[in-house]
Amino acid sequence: MDAIFEAAMPQNIYRIEITPRLGSEDGRAKAIRRSAQSLPLTIGSIIVSNLYFIGGELSLEQAQALAQTALLDPVADTLDCRPLDLAAGPRAGESTIEITYLPGVTDSVAESLLSVARSLGYKNVRVAASGWRYRFLEALDEEILARLARDLLANDTVQRFAINRPIAPPFVESREFESDRPLVETIPLRDLTPDHLLALSRERRLSLDRDEMLAIQAYYRQQNRDPTDVELETLAQTWSEHCVHKTFKAIIHYREEPDGEDAVIDGLLDTYIRAATEAIAKPWVHSAFVDNAGVIAFDETLDLAFKVETHNHPSALEPFGGANTGVGGVIRDILGVSARPIANTDVLCFGPENLPAEQVPAGSLHPRRVVEGVIHGIEDYGNKMGIPTVNGAVHYHRDFTANPLVYCGCLGALPRGSHRPLTNAQAGDLIVAIGGRTGRDGLRGATFSSMEMDHATAEIAGTAVQIGNPIVEKQVMEVVLRARDAGLYHAITDCGAGGFSSAVGEMGEHVGARVQLKGAPLKYPGLRPWEIWLSEAQERMVLAIPSQNWDAFQAICRAHDVEASILGEFDGSKRLRVYYGETLVADLEMAFLHDGVPRRRLRAVWTRPGLSEPNLPPSSDLTPLLLQALAHANVRSRAAILHRYDHEVQGGTVVKPLVGAGQRGPGDAAVILPQATLVGREPDALQHESLPAATLSVGINPRYGLIDPYFMAWACVDEAVRNAVAVGADPDRIAILDNFCWGNPNLPDRLGSLVRAARGCYDAALAHQTPFISGKDSLNNEYTGADGRKHAIPGSLLISAVGVAPDMRRTTTTDLKEAGHALYLLGETRPELGGSVYYDLFGELGASVPRPYDAPLDRMRGLHRAIVAGWAAAVHDLSEGGLAVALAEMCIGGDLGAEISLAAIPTSEPLTPAQALFSESLGRFLIEVPAKHAIAFEKALAGQPLASIGRVTAEKRLIVRTAEGRPCIDASVKALAFAFGALE
Amino acid sequence: MTQLRQSALSPPIAILHAPGTNRDMDAAIACEWAGGAPEIVHINQLLAGERRLSDYAMLVIPGGFSYGDDLGAGKLWAVRLLHDLGDQLHAFANAGKPILGICNGFQVLVKTGLLPGAIPNLDAGEDGGRLVTLTRNESAHFECRWVHLEPNRANPSPWLHDLERIFCPVAHGEGRFMARDADALEAILAHQLVAFTYVDEAGRPGPYPINPNGSDAHIAGVTNLAGNILGLMPHPENHILPYQHPNHHRGQSGQMGLKLFENGVAYARAL
Repeated sequence: MDAIFEAAMPQNIYRIEITPRLGSEDGRAKAIRRSAQSLPLTIGSIIVSNLYFIGGELSLEQAQALAQTALLDPVADTLDCRPLDLAAGPRAGESTIEITYLPGVTDSVAESLLSVARSLGYKNVRVAASGWRYRFLEALDEEILARLARDLLANDTVQRFAINRPIAPPFVESREFESDRPLVETIPLRDLTPDHLLALSRERRLSLDRDEMLAIQAYYRQQNRDPTDVELETLAQTWSEHCVHKTFKAIIHYREEPDGEDAVIDGLLDTYIRAATEAIAKPWVHSAFVDNAGVIAFDETLDLAFKVETHNHPSALEPFGGANTGVGGVIRDILGVSARPIANTDVLCFGPENLPAEQVPAGSLHPRRVVEGVIHGIEDYGNKMGIPTVNGAVHYHRDFTANPLVYCGCLGALPRGSHRPLTNAQAGDLIVAIGGRTGRDGLRGATFSSMEMDHATAEIAGTAVQIGNPIVEKQVMEVVLRARDAGLYHAITDCGAGGFSSAVGEMGEHVGARVQLKGAPLKYPGLRPWEIWLSEAQERMVLAIPSQNWDAFQAICRAHDVEASILGEFDGSKRLRVYYGETLVADLEMAFLHDGVPRRRLRAVWTRPGLSEPNLPPSSDLTPLLLQALAHANVRSRAAILHRYDHEVQGGTVVKPLVGAGQRGPGDAAVILPQATLVGREPDALQHESLPAATLSVGINPRYGLIDPYFMAWACVDEAVRNAVAVGADPDRIAILDNFCWGNPNLPDRLGSLVRAARGCYDAALAHQTPFISGKDSLNNEYTGADGRKHAIPGSLLISAVGVAPDMRRTTTTDLKEAGHALYLLGETRPELGGSVYYDLFGELGASVPRPYDAPLDRMRGLHRAIVAGWAAAVHDLSEGGLAVALAEMCIGGDLGAEISLAAIPTSEPLTPAQALFSESLGRFLIEVPAKHAIAFEKALAGQPLASIGRVTAEKRLIVRTAEGRPCIDASVKALAFAFGALE
Repeated sequence: MTQLRQSALSPPIAILHAPGTNRDMDAAIACEWAGGAPEIVHINQLLAGERRLSDYAMLVIPGGFSYGDDLGAGKLWAVRLLHDLGDQLHAFANAGKPILGICNGFQVLVKTGLLPGAIPNLDAGEDGGRLVTLTRNESAHFECRWVHLEPNRANPSPWLHDLERIFCPVAHGEGRFMARDADALEAILAHQLVAFTYVDEAGRPGPYPINPNGSDAHIAGVTNLAGNILGLMPHPENHILPYQHPNHHRGQSGQMGLKLFENGVAYARAL
């Protein structure tokens, strides 16, 4: 490294330890003891303390006074503040583990401590850091301590630990040293052979293939010079899979085997996704695929913006930080279309939580840690931003162990017409960056420093994974929304992957930009120009601001403690010129940057797997299987997770994630009343107005894709739409998003299944008349196992739906409402158990995956008419676990019983009781209808496969009789709720 | 705000905002519907002298994660308020004007010492008078769920006037009400400073999840002795419409939080 940093140790360093008076009875201490048991390790009492370090020219008395004022809660905690002594050891008969972040990792606690110290007048506190101390009241083996540290308490991606000795603070206070290496390098490539070009791409981790490197070489030959490192990095970023979706734009030669078709596909995105949106042509789609998020009309004045992103790889390495910054990133996408974020969704795919430790691939975290970290990361960011997390799903499968999936979604609301397209920047506009400072965060190719644990001198390493600071983003949000309302900017976008390079490059595509990198505020000195340009530091946005608005914009930023700086200007040159001081470090034609990437040509093969139906032992009593299905990892109650997300902030969650008498039933979809609707309305009037509300729902089922990705895609669209319609969304006002998480697309079998899924998306979108408005793909989700074989995740498509329910008062929930009401089953049941939860209980996959059905939109419209008319007391869609699970969930939610018969179930072929109860056929709903509305209800659904199959009962039992009248399920609602995990 | 119901009789209400505050708009809507004239006031506006607390008849410190709650919930905001605006804040409190702290705001009021405030014959102790705190939930994690709040009818605070049981959500990670010692808790109970306790649907106190955070004596909120300052962890501002009730689809309504804000506004108006 040429830019060397040395932590100049401040004059005095103090270590502050804050310990709860509850000692080992503190909740955190008890939770760690519980978690240790799963390692499995049985440990005795622990005391968890918070550590703080401050350094500067201050006395011990001053440090103590500062700690007392700023850190101590005298009722709950005790304080110990003393000069740092790295030679101290644990007390006899005890052990300790101490943890801090690595130097350079976001430590918002330290930042807060520094800022409060300064505002209290302790100006000579120069550095701060935070950490944790775990004191074990027994002498534990070093080996056990190391396991506790590595497998439970610390994550060496972002943290370091010390056993039985005090940890040194990871102070980042750096001085820049002179270096022989120039600030900017020129990379000679004009004379390289294709093989050497490819080697260069690998060496610099550019992820560019031979054709792309050749295109770059041709450009520079024509320019009669070689590229700078800034230019090469800019091209690699702009042409990356993440930014231009090369696979989805590639020309694909596709074949199906055995004896299937042979076709050439001219781009998956244009052929199947965008084509569906264009064919459906809904006038209420206001922006699809061109901006940071899709935008649709909501009511007369508001639009809705929706985006779903993935943050899989970071979440695998550091689950808390990965999920945390995943949420932060998708929120910025919504800010990037000038919308106020009003709800978050999260869909998570994990390995089994009970996986034996020896089956976790080397280098991967145990799924339990991934689950805990990811949920904590989502909770931390969403809750602190004040955005309710209202919808999602969790799916477990062994093949997600090394590659968990974290899909983060955000819904926003914006006044119609306030969105400025990304490309609306005008020549003469200032390029303005706001929010967090720039560091080596997330830099590709940055060397990850492996420093000694207790060394006070450290390089500041770039890290692939970051920790977010939601409060910084919260303030950025306040600024953006105020600047939007004041009309102060022409264009805005977030800094995500690719940092300034991506943001400025995209905004300036048609106009050109001149950038001065010295304008960017840095976290620490010594960044090379390309590092500033490519840094993926969090919580930053870039705006195009007319110079006459700069003062007004700055005033808003100052009022909200947000840093704003001018990076340059959009200049009409149609070139990208980047300066570092006087030095021109990049000079590229926008046209080449954005259109120069050659299209990839890829080969894809889908081979129909040789699967068959299992032979399962028949059983006359299906009650135990229902209880097992309710307890299945992919079915059971998500209450424990949902209670950790704030789903009430903004006051608009009118159908909540948990529904029913004791909020024990699962909701099909969330219904959100945007707060902007409440402002300016009389509360009394609200009760007599039909106000629209937004719905959020999802469909995901990777197990279906193991049988056939086409049918999986169709099923996902149908499920997302069913869920939306079940709560009251108008089926003619639903838009969908696609998120594909797949393996390596250069392998023909992975790409083959992706093609089949894309085709399913197209057909299903047309059948349901639901336009795609946004989407994203995350490819290369693979790992190489100990056996040297590559393992891909199951191709996983998430369909997220945003809908509009026309009347908030006429929305519905899944919980049964009143004894005596009739229960109707809508939709045909077929013997479709392939990929079902039922088969999974026997460890089987099967082949009979649920198939499409005719005219889904007619069915949805009929049901919607009935819901809007107020004839449906409860509605629940049938998905994983089929009729039996749906019915049980309705009973649990309503704390009421039900009695049904399988005799009348709409079907065109004979079904066994197990098939009738557990088939996962699509297009089906259970509807509770009061007797007085039965006739009208049936009329609304005339022509549809519909039958009254039973009734709601006051006796809290679920009884199912076969066609012959024999009971095949008989369980108390309490037993169902217990199995489901709904009892606290 | 849109000044819908505001008139000459609408008392001006400051809804305080610090970096990280997030239920300020929720509280503002509740105050407006209760007949007040709310204004969201950024702490920087007070520091710059653009606004003064004395211009307002009522103060609400709303929920959120002020300054990220990085040094303990509400701690930093409390330190900054005391350090930079202590005189204004104490003058407002001593004038008997109504102050409401919700969630993070309650934590701020406790950590500034405004709640429960001085109690006769109770030694403030060596720690500068702090009798109680709000600390990490017993579960050691954030908790969002609907709870029932029983108002203490023996507490004469105008905030609690004619109040029925309230059903509303909690959403916090550090809401466990903890007294310094048995004497402090005894004094709070004896002086009827308790404003709300966590109960079940039938009005009975009980363990988790009825008491969602492990609070001493199931305490969800307290007032000062004068009764003008109220703090509580749950969010009555998130139940001001029947649709917000988790069981409105089951025909249930009522137990809303709006009356609490109406009490505050009526009190502010009467001053």
